[in-house]
Amino acid sequence: MARIGVFVCQCGNNIEGTVDTKKVAEEAQKLPGVVYSRNYKFMCSSPGQEMLKEAIKKHRLDGVLVSACSPHMHEKTFRKASDAAGLNPFRCEMANIREQCSWVHHDRTKKTGTVKGNDLTRMAIERLKRNRPLKKINIPVTRRALVIGGGIAGIQAALDIAEGGREVILVEREPSIGGNMARLSETFPTMDCSQCILTPKMVEVELNEKIKLYAYSEVEKVDGYIGNFTVRIRRKAKYVDEDLCTGCGECIEKCPFKAGSEFELGLTSRKVIYTPFPQSVPNIPVIDAPNCPKFQKDKCGACAVVCGPKAIDFKQKDTVVEEKVGAVVVATGYQMMPNERFGEYGYGRFKDVISGMQFERLASSSGPTGGEIRRPSDGKVPETVVFIQCVGSRDEAKGVSYCSKVCCMYTAKHTMLFRHKVKSGQAYVFYMDIRAGGKRYEEFVRKAIEKDGAMYLRGRVSRVYEKDGKVVVCGADTLSNSQVEIEADMVVLATAVVSRKGSDGLARTIGIGSDRHGFYNEYHPKLKPVETVNAGIYLAGACMGPMDIPESVNMGSAAAGKVLGLFSSEEMAREPIVANVNERVCNACWDCVVACPYSAIERFTVKNGQGDVMGMHAKVNEGVCQGCGVCVAACRSKAIDLAGYTDEQVFAAINAF
Amino acid sequence: MSEHAQYEQTGAFEPKIMAFVCNWCTYAGADLAGTSRLEYRPNVRIIKLPCTGRIDPLFIIKAFENGADGVLVSGCHPGDCHYTTGNYHARRRWIAFKSLMEFTGIDMRRLHFSWVSASEAIKWVDLINGITEEVKILGPFVEYKGLKGEENG
Ligand SMILES: Cc1cc2nc3c(=O)[nH]c(=O)nc-3n(C[C@H](O)[C@H](O)[C@H](O)COP(=O)(O)OP(=O)(O)OC[C@H]3O[C@@H](n4cnc5c(N)ncnc54)[C@H](O)[C@@H]3O)c2cc1C
Ligand code: FES
Repeated sequence: MARIGVFVCQCGNNIEGTVDTKKVAEEAQKLPGVVYSRNYKFMCSSPGQEMLKEAIKKHRLDGVLVSACSPHMHEKTFRKASDAAGLNPFRCEMANIREQCSWVHHDRTKKTGTVKGNDLTRMAIERLKRNRPLKKINIPVTRRALVIGGGIAGIQAALDIAEGGREVILVEREPSIGGNMARLSETFPTMDCSQCILTPKMVEVELNEKIKLYAYSEVEKVDGYIGNFTVRIRRKAKYVDEDLCTGCGECIEKCPFKAGSEFELGLTSRKVIYTPFPQSVPNIPVIDAPNCPKFQKDKCGACAVVCGPKAIDFKQKDTVVEEKVGAVVVATGYQMMPNERFGEYGYGRFKDVISGMQFERLASSSGPTGGEIRRPSDGKVPETVVFIQCVGSRDEAKGVSYCSKVCCMYTAKHTMLFRHKVKSGQAYVFYMDIRAGGKRYEEFVRKAIEKDGAMYLRGRVSRVYEKDGKVVVCGADTLSNSQVEIEADMVVLATAVVSRKGSDGLARTIGIGSDRHGFYNEYHPKLKPVETVNAGIYLAGACMGPMDIPESVNMGSAAAGKVLGLFSSEEMAREPIVANVNERVCNACWDCVVACPYSAIERFTVKNGQGDVMGMHAKVNEGVCQGCGVCVAACRSKAIDLAGYTDEQVFAAINAF
Repeated sequence: MSEHAQYEQTGAFEPKIMAFVCNWCTYAGADLAGTSRLEYRPNVRIIKLPCTGRIDPLFIIKAFENGADGVLVSGCHPGDCHYTTGNYHARRRWIAFKSLMEFTGIDMRRLHFSWVSASEAIKWVDLINGITEEVKILGPFVEYKGLKGEENG
């Protein structure tokens, strides 16, 4: 027979006001297996907890039921107290007679509340009698992290994890790390040059012994679970032997062929053997095989001829490496909305209509114009530039309902950069409204308007057309209620920040969720902003949604903090609420395997000593299982149960209804 | 057991409603109704499960057998399930199960399926009041209780 102790809390007058707790305790005492029952003013107070502990010892209780507030409030408290008194914490249960009883039934005669309080307590006691003692599950933790994406967010995460003493594998798809930030000229709100603050961090990554950098590589597969992931990484052929290459750049110098530069967003070309930009990390060039005559027609090979250390290897193949890690930080960033979607603004048709990111390159001293603002069509310095905000953003017709968040700020920055470089120039900005929330942000925009004379026009642009070497912009100025027509030399579009093409594919590979825009879902928008539903996988930077550099860095550090927390010991304990399979009953129909949202169930083959197959059954990976119980309800032969929520427990509660 | 008490209380038939809810949304929504000091009909008894996906159709039958006059299943809204897709499983199971229930003679007005998020305390209140009212009009559900009697006897 069970030895259950029941403790009914008055919660001051919170419960006692509408529930006769003494009566509830007395009713409970009558149930079989209940050896001790009482009410008390505040069960959660330290005297209350002490009383509970003493009763466990004194009455040799093998189960404790606290009839009080919601288990969401104090289940942990009472389980901890039980544990301290030597009772398995999972032999402690709560009945919710406050949030779901005394507070919602205002009958001051206490009749209603007491009846319901009795029922809830009885149901919980019957359930409790079937609670099996459970032990926290310990899983080993591989204390090495994978960071996917080497933009500022990924760089920050990698550096912080390495700083915390753990190894990091940083995988970057492009030949160099740096991401979009490497393209920026100067950065709001302080106007420091992007390269100047980014390059030292990139070099730090390269020099840090704890960081293994796989540039020009992609993650193909992620298997396993928190603490125990196996990742497969494809290292794309660079046709340059990394160990031999000294990064002298002779090959780039001598290469006679050119292709459009991705890094410069088509504003100029690069060589066919190239590094994306001069400060690239690693400083090892790659050959763009589809554009290289050596690969297409077996002609040229100049790079191989001039390479002193003989690092060029036209026969190099992709290689695949496997790494074991305990945590993953996803920091794959964003891209700009492709230009073919802005026909109405002439982007892609008129040479002098460019994107904000292209403007960054024009303004960058390492850019195609050496930092002089010159328009693409004829290289003339523009006198009048029109900036159009919210191009694609906040526009359901374009499929982007959200605000891209950084454009108000970078457009203000652009008008300043333009004015600083072209003293006689005039910038016009068409905007919907200005969003400059952030430390020193509003002041920054005011400065653009007041000090650098940018003319802000509130309204939408209706038409953009070319006329006599000018780009004419027609739009509304809703504040003066007039139509305006500006003959501009150049137009800059603040195009929407969108998720990376293929981001959903990567989400599937790593088992995380994304929203309808392809941005990755955080576990909880407020309380778990860097975690994902897949334990052990964290997010950082603009892959989660548009954000600026300070926010990306914040997230990178936050994710690193989470990773280091996880790595603080060799094992991690987790709640034992997991499914388990009765192997003898399982008939290997695999309905559970299909139903499991976490791929936590595998098809297990039983073999004898000789290696002959004896049978098959489902097997739950305790590290991956999150305890939802979908498999239990899906199992037709009732071979799976969920610890903590077994059929037996649930039926006992129903039977006591 | 408390059936009599309930009769006593009002003198009229007071239906018993059993609610199977998920821990993350509806249970929290019902808690919020309490923290907000809303008031609703006292006829419901909640059984908490991790997710609606854990709910076995047998639970519902058992509830009817054990004296429920109405049953409610409620969890997170589609897309909000704590376990991403548990509630889709529940919904699919529900659709298949519904016709079976009708076939076995359970009036579908006794069985409700709903989504109540952790912030929808008012929805929870309206839902419980609504179901109680509806089942009250239908009267006690005796067919399955009989079944249990036979089984026991
Ligand atoms: C025009 C413009 C101007 C801006 N100006 C400013 C400014 O002045 N100040 C400011 O604070 N912010 C500014 N921003 C915002 C800033 O660019 C971002 O906040 C920042 O770059 C985000 O960094 P990230 O690391 O999250 O993403 P990214 O910079 O996009 O980096 C992601 C990295 O991941 C890599 N990657 C992607 N997919 C994969 C994959 N599958 N496998 C491996 N690697 C992958 C990419 O190649 C890239 O290197 C501006 C943005 C724009 C568009
Ligand atoms: S957790 Fe609420 S329905 Fe799945």
